[in-house]
Amino acid sequence: MTEDILLEARNLTKAFGGLVAVDDVSIKIRKKTMHAIIGPNGAGKTTLFNLLSGVLPPTKGEVYYKGEEITKLPPYKRAHLGIGRTFQITNIFPNLSVMENVRLAAQAKGKDNFKLLRRADDFQQYIDKAEEIIEVVSLKGKELFLARDLAHGEKRKLELGIMLACDPELLLFDEPTAGMSSEQVPELIDIITNIVHNGDRTAILVEHRMDMVMSISDIITVMNQGRILAEGSPGEIASNPQVQIAYLGDLYGELA
Amino acid sequence: MSQTPLKTKKPFFLRFKDERILLILFALMLAFPFVMNLITGSGLNDGITKFWQGQLIIFFIMAVFAMSYDLLIGFGGILSFGHAASFGGGAYTFALLMEHWAPNFIGKYRILIGSLDITEGIVLLIVFLAVVLVSILIGLLFSATSIRLKGAYFAMLTLALGTAMFILVKATDFHEWTGADEGLHGVYVPDWINPTQNRLTIYLISLVFLVVCYLVMKRMVNSPTGRVIIANRENEDRMRMIGYNPVLYRTIAFVSASFFAGLAGALYSIWNTSATPTMVSAVTTVNALIMTILGGMGTLVGPILGAAIMQTISQFFYTWFGARWPLVFGVLFILIVMFLPYGIIGTWRMKRNDIKGGWQKLLRLLSKKEDL
Repeated sequence: MTEDILLEARNLTKAFGGLVAVDDVSIKIRKKTMHAIIGPNGAGKTTLFNLLSGVLPPTKGEVYYKGEEITKLPPYKRAHLGIGRTFQITNIFPNLSVMENVRLAAQAKGKDNFKLLRRADDFQQYIDKAEEIIEVVSLKGKELFLARDLAHGEKRKLELGIMLACDPELLLFDEPTAGMSSEQVPELIDIITNIVHNGDRTAILVEHRMDMVMSISDIITVMNQGRILAEGSPGEIASNPQVQIAYLGDLYGELA
Repeated sequence: MSQTPLKTKKPFFLRFKDERILLILFALMLAFPFVMNLITGSGLNDGITKFWQGQLIIFFIMAVFAMSYDLLIGFGGILSFGHAASFGGGAYTFALLMEHWAPNFIGKYRILIGSLDITEGIVLLIVFLAVVLVSILIGLLFSATSIRLKGAYFAMLTLALGTAMFILVKATDFHEWTGADEGLHGVYVPDWINPTQNRLTIYLISLVFLVVCYLVMKRMVNSPTGRVIIANRENEDRMRMIGYNPVLYRTIAFVSASFFAGLAGALYSIWNTSATPTMVSAVTTVNALIMTILGGMGTLVGPILGAAIMQTISQFFYTWFGARWPLVFGVLFILIVMFLPYGIIGTWRMKRNDIKGGWQKLLRLLSKKEDL
């Protein structure tokens, strides 16, 4: 079932000097699934993310997207292929309006990036698309706010909006709820599941909130010390004794 | 349909609302030599009228140079200490060709349309095309340095490149061509744009040049490309992740800034009928930097205002303070940076509502007192 695989990493290794952050990781992401990657702090989740999105070059190993090797492709080219990502630490354009943040992302794939002598506001299609997306991530009414003036939760939503405006097929969420209060989380989960399921998209999710991971993901990969410890459905993972010892133990025990 | 201000298309005449003040200033500048002539009666090409036209010509040209610097630093977020290389490059390209090539060409060939001799026009056109070409090449050279370096390292490399250009034009090896330390003086310029004989022509050309450059640059920073360049200043990592190649957009910023700077340099060379190493030196870059900071980075109007202030100050401070004027100017500059951190225009745009509100309050208070 190779056509079923959207993204594949083979023997991916990343070493920072002597520290091996990601150690010989092979992972397959199936189409239209919500694939969560969990693991204790320092397990190499974010590094794996950076390897998949092209922010860091791997020391060894390859990455395939739709069967084609993309290991050496810079991030902006991966974005054109349909890989979008969010960041653990909010990463937006702070001094631009919410509208402009999303509009720029919408413009990225278009063919109007090199029109030096036309007015950007005359390209209505990007503005329309941006408005549509701002509604999806429930930031309506804040279009003209500067991004830096938004509340933290709203910035996280804007981050989703920027990613969404690039029309990605594969979404990489790096701790989308980082720094958010528990009351704000359900709304964000709704937005994320809506984006993924209604858009027929595939998502990789790194998250610390176990309740969230267990409820929304189809497959879970558990990482520990740069290696893959286990992989399976939420039920399998929760009942895996190895995982419970290494990581889940207290956290999931509390919830159950 | 939602009604955000972004969606409504302004009627044509309202699009110029922001430029109203500039339009008035343009009209004033256009009328200036003639009004001055009426008042003083000294003749358009004589005495004080001629002198002030000269001062304004320098202002117009330096304003374009400062705006081009603003494209880089204000909109692109690129701090280059070698921008004078483009300015001087334009000036030297113009002066070298006019000195060594144009007289020969004009001596040998005559291009006529009917009985109209357009040789000089064609020569100027070719020379300006060369200026554009050289400016673009210099822009590409500088942008190539920005591919791997960032921040202070990048700034240092631009300084080094700029200084390399400075040393190149001063090199005694090329004395025969460039005049080395002295530069090129008394460069051949066709009579109809000669600043001594026909100052009004060059005045009007410089004024139109400023206005056209301003309008084009303003359009550029609001274009799809310009918006990407601004976003690049804000957050380069995010740019990559949404599918833009930052290097490409930095190159565009460099090349367009260099293009305008080169043209300004060539025009400055016409005005002086010379090209000197000072035009390529870091001092010239720093002048543009000061103008941009004074007026406000990323505003385009700011650098124009900054250039006007610099021109006025260097004129009057010299008569007031003598050779020590840069010292006084330095203190003034520090004060401006301390109290108007975003420059004059930048701070005004941020505090506009506060200032207007304050005025209205004051006026209301005053009018109440009158009632009493």
